[in-house]
Amino acid sequence: MTPKRKQRLFVILGLVSLAAIAVGLTLYALRANINLFFSPIQIAAGEAPIERQIRAGGMVKEGSVSRNPDSLDVEFVITDFVEEVEVHYSGILPDLFREGQGVVVVGQLSENGRLHADQVLAKHDENYMPSEVAEALEAAGYSSSDYAEKYNSADKYDSADEYSGTKNEGAD
Amino acid sequence: MLTKMIPEIGHFALVIALLMAFFQAVMPLAGAATRRPLWMAFARPMAAGQFLFVAVAYLCLTTSYMLDDFSVATVANNSNSMLPWYYKFSAVWGNHEGSVLLWSLILAGWTFAVSRFSRNLPEDMISRVLGVMGMVSSGFLLFVLVTSNPFERLLPVIPQDGADLNPLLQDFGLIIHPPMLYMGYVGFSVVFAFAIAALLGGRLDAAWTRWARPWTNIAWAFLTVGIALGSWWAYYELGWGGWWFWDPVENASLLPWLAGTALLHSLAVTEKRGSFKSWTVLLAILTFSLSLLGTFLVRSGVLTSVHAFANDPSRGLFILALLGVTVGLSLLVFALRAPRVSHTVAFSWVSRDALLLVNNILLVIMTVTVLLGTVYPLLLDALGLGKISVGPPYFNALFVPLTVILCVFMGLGPSARWKHMSARELFRRLGLASLAALIIGMFVPLAYGGEWNLWVSLGLVAALWIVLPMVRDLFEKIRRAGSLGDGLRKLSLAYWGMVLGHLGVAVTIIGVAVVSNYNVERNVRLAPGDSVQVAGYTFTMNELQSRRGPNYLSDMAFIEVSRDGSSRSFTMVPEKRLYIARGMPMTQVALRPGLFRDLYVAMGEDLGDGAWAMRIQYKPFVRWLWLGALLMAAGGVMAVIDRRYRLKRHQQVPLPASSTREVPV
Repeated sequence: MTPKRKQRLFVILGLVSLAAIAVGLTLYALRANINLFFSPIQIAAGEAPIERQIRAGGMVKEGSVSRNPDSLDVEFVITDFVEEVEVHYSGILPDLFREGQGVVVVGQLSENGRLHADQVLAKHDENYMPSEVAEALEAAGYSSSDYAEKYNSADKYDSADEYSGTKNEGAD
Repeated sequence: MLTKMIPEIGHFALVIALLMAFFQAVMPLAGAATRRPLWMAFARPMAAGQFLFVAVAYLCLTTSYMLDDFSVATVANNSNSMLPWYYKFSAVWGNHEGSVLLWSLILAGWTFAVSRFSRNLPEDMISRVLGVMGMVSSGFLLFVLVTSNPFERLLPVIPQDGADLNPLLQDFGLIIHPPMLYMGYVGFSVVFAFAIAALLGGRLDAAWTRWARPWTNIAWAFLTVGIALGSWWAYYELGWGGWWFWDPVENASLLPWLAGTALLHSLAVTEKRGSFKSWTVLLAILTFSLSLLGTFLVRSGVLTSVHAFANDPSRGLFILALLGVTVGLSLLVFALRAPRVSHTVAFSWVSRDALLLVNNILLVIMTVTVLLGTVYPLLLDALGLGKISVGPPYFNALFVPLTVILCVFMGLGPSARWKHMSARELFRRLGLASLAALIIGMFVPLAYGGEWNLWVSLGLVAALWIVLPMVRDLFEKIRRAGSLGDGLRKLSLAYWGMVLGHLGVAVTIIGVAVVSNYNVERNVRLAPGDSVQVAGYTFTMNELQSRRGPNYLSDMAFIEVSRDGSSRSFTMVPEKRLYIARGMPMTQVALRPGLFRDLYVAMGEDLGDGAWAMRIQYKPFVRWLWLGALLMAAGGVMAVIDRRYRLKRHQQVPLPASSTREVPV
């Protein structure tokens, strides 16, 4: 090996080991910061860790949303139509949060099986179903057409009812 | 009669454009390989023709929106007769089909611009450049025609009215954010084409970097503005007051930006010093590949977000194939053509060359970390290993320290000399400035409300570390020139561009540090007559009103705001809108912007009895984020205006035979 090649070899070895360290650290940071998704069935079966940040998702159960009138505390139930999880949240819910719609909740599970949410995610579009929720529902035995039916049969959201006449059904 | 045929005319124009793109790809490349001037001469006319016909197609689609032609599926799904005309205009790219057509239009536009403004380039070079761009164009036009035809008709049952544009997209931000972003994304195809052309022609010298640099700068400036606009749009439109979410779609735009930033600097080294040649080519390929990856992530429907309109798997597969072919082919060309024995240009470890090398390595590491965090969940999901999400803590944990390290080197770079300088000399130049940065950065936050915060201090030190050495350098240059006027005249625009760009980074860093740490947010219940104090301001709800907009109904709250101890007050009017066609509610934020603070009021939910949940925020220095981005972009553009890029005859730098190989393809 010529000295020049030797030098180049060292440079390459150095770069490779640096890259390895960087990737290792990154994967470590990834492991510490990923949130796993759990469906209500999995939570009821005790698969989800207690008091660690998780993501859970399902449909907001009809009639389950109750607000404390004096504060911004709110409670609701998410369901995959098999099991249910009670969720506590304090704050402002997203615009598209409604009963009978799919949501994803980020928070921690307490001993008694309640989920204390730091974040409630609805979607940006009223026809959108979070993919995790869609799959959780399918795992629970509901095909996408089933929940579409459930969702559509749910009375058109109270205040929007009077305008639904102008909504054009043909274009959907 | 003719107006009824507009969508068909558009469709037909698109087919012709595809054919022209195909010829633009094949003929000049073959011509350059076999040295046939006639074949090479296809390049410019085909580029012009392709641009013309894509533009015609685009115009036809826009006309269909303007005329409310709901027999066209995309119009029916994304527009409405009640929509104001300017939103009909922007609704064209507010959906999957239209936005890929816009992508193609912008690509054709860049191609046309290259063919117009590169009159001085050798004929075989320009043929290859346009040929490569023609290949990319063909791929995308084929994608539009095969999987995402925007002119598809809903016949014979034509809807009475359209389903309306997603209300989130009915906003000034949407009118300008996507075109800007696409100009950036697609603009990187030019430097990519130059790099591939240089590889094919065996002309891997400094000359191609000089030709490619202005294009790269402009694309980078567009991308910078596009990202900033996206952040600004999310800030006021989503109603949360966040300005960066580490959302995969945001990351998709950040990735090419980071790689593009590395590319800008590496191009500078290659042009000035002739080193880093292969590295620059590789970065050019990487940057455009990341642009394509971004397009794939956003357009394929693997992500669900406001940007992801499509959920048709064949589309995702098509873009993935396009991405694979582009990356595979270009890396193959690179492997076959990269100079085997590139002559080494020596530089010592204390020099601008070395510092720029470190800058490049850091930027690439940042790119990789963001890429990993973005793609890892998708990979796991694709492999059936579970659904996870990587949250902002991951990105912050890696990105913030890396940015700080980058800043350390950014402070050193501009003051360092090319090739070699002694460490002592560098210290002499920087010692005072860096000491000042440390002291000011540590103590200024104390003056701000008396609350010392480590992160704000760190941010300020980093920003001053960047700015103060540049100021010192400027003084030094002026002093040496004798008089102020002489000194300023002597400085090139390229130099000012660098100063402005780095200043922009510093300004953005200050904005990020301050707003992240001194932000005040309160969610409160407010009824008419109630008031609340947030960060030294009193917010009083006076009354609630309802009104009707062109395509929505709205609840408005009139909130009187006064600064404590001041008698002057102003009114902020946040709204909650219900868009009629979709029955979709939307928060319209009330903003009181200022250079040093924003007041931000958003209506949450109706709590009954006339009370509303309100999100009230005090956001200091938030404008600096976007101001910094604008400065960066201005810097990028200014560097292009520099005289040396407009010289009539580009001088070709003769280089050692080892790196310039004339190889027939």
